[in-house]
Amino acid sequence: MSAVTRYTRTAIVLHWLVAALIAAAVGLGLYAVSLELSPQKLKLYSWHKWVGVTIFLLAVARLAWRAWHPAPTPVASLRPWERRLAGATHALLYVLLLAVPVTGWLMSSASGFPVVYLGLVQLPDLVAKNKELAETLKVVHFVLNKIMLALVALHVAAALKHHFVDRDNTLRRMLSWRA
Amino acid sequence: MRFVVALLASLFATAASAAIDMKQSRIAFTFVQMKVPVEGAFQRYTAKVHFDAQQPERSRAEIDIDLNSIDTGSADADTEARRKPWFYTAQYPTATFRSTSIRRAGVDRYEVTGALTLKGRTRTLTAPVEVRRAGAQTVYEGAFAINRLDYAIGDGPWADTDTVANEVKLRFRIVDTGK
Repeated sequence: MSAVTRYTRTAIVLHWLVAALIAAAVGLGLYAVSLELSPQKLKLYSWHKWVGVTIFLLAVARLAWRAWHPAPTPVASLRPWERRLAGATHALLYVLLLAVPVTGWLMSSASGFPVVYLGLVQLPDLVAKNKELAETLKVVHFVLNKIMLALVALHVAAALKHHFVDRDNTLRRMLSWRA
Repeated sequence: MRFVVALLASLFATAASAAIDMKQSRIAFTFVQMKVPVEGAFQRYTAKVHFDAQQPERSRAEIDIDLNSIDTGSADADTEARRKPWFYTAQYPTATFRSTSIRRAGVDRYEVTGALTLKGRTRTLTAPVEVRRAGAQTVYEGAFAINRLDYAIGDGPWADTDTVANEVKLRFRIVDTGK
């Protein structure tokens, strides 16, 4: 089997789409939390939840796609610990792409404000309304987000380091549109 | 025999001084925001029910709800609900319902018409009520819907019914211990 050297277009599109949606979800979430209760706040919360559900669905799609279309092997110049760190970061990011929306969903259910995706599909409540549980899940949702953002920062820093310091192909593989 | 049972039942009913079992009783509502159904309840209310199965038209129901006791599951929403655009509890702390006519609509089923006063506005409404007896206890249960804007509940920017729907569903279960 020949070594894979590039990402598929589908993988590239999904990667950047999820990146943009994470930025949108974090922005919407933080801004909505800061607002006084208003119709605007309710709208932003709903949109935040819709974006979160979309991220979850796209993360599942990415994992499925990746199972059939392996990611390229890391560039040869990588040291073993760098390879391990990159692998662990990517794995943990995938875990959080699933876990962060799920904690938001559970938190919504526990708060008594279920999620109605795009205003069309009501997600089932996996937990009953419960104030204490809602408070706990709020903290878990927030902390997991902080961990995810720290990992995203590491991920971006590593990509920039490969591009500008090592001057290797790592970042270009995720940007290149040529088939 | 049936006559005797009916007579006894009627005696019990008319003798009832409406000692309400607050643990089993419940006055709850469901409003819809961004297509998301949100449930809540009122913790404090008083109910005086005089029920006469033989002469339903002589029955009466009076319910007073302490609007400050609203519980939506969100402290922010509870505070907002007490403010001027919503219930304006500083000025209108109580919602009242006074029945004006009660008629039989089927076996153990009745239709109660009465005046609901909320935020200084009175509207006539009709609600179906199911009456069930277990020993000395009588359970009155029913559900109906009102349009919040008929009572100026949620005016100003909140009057936008795309965010918070106009229709609010109400459910009640009043358990009279018969003591």
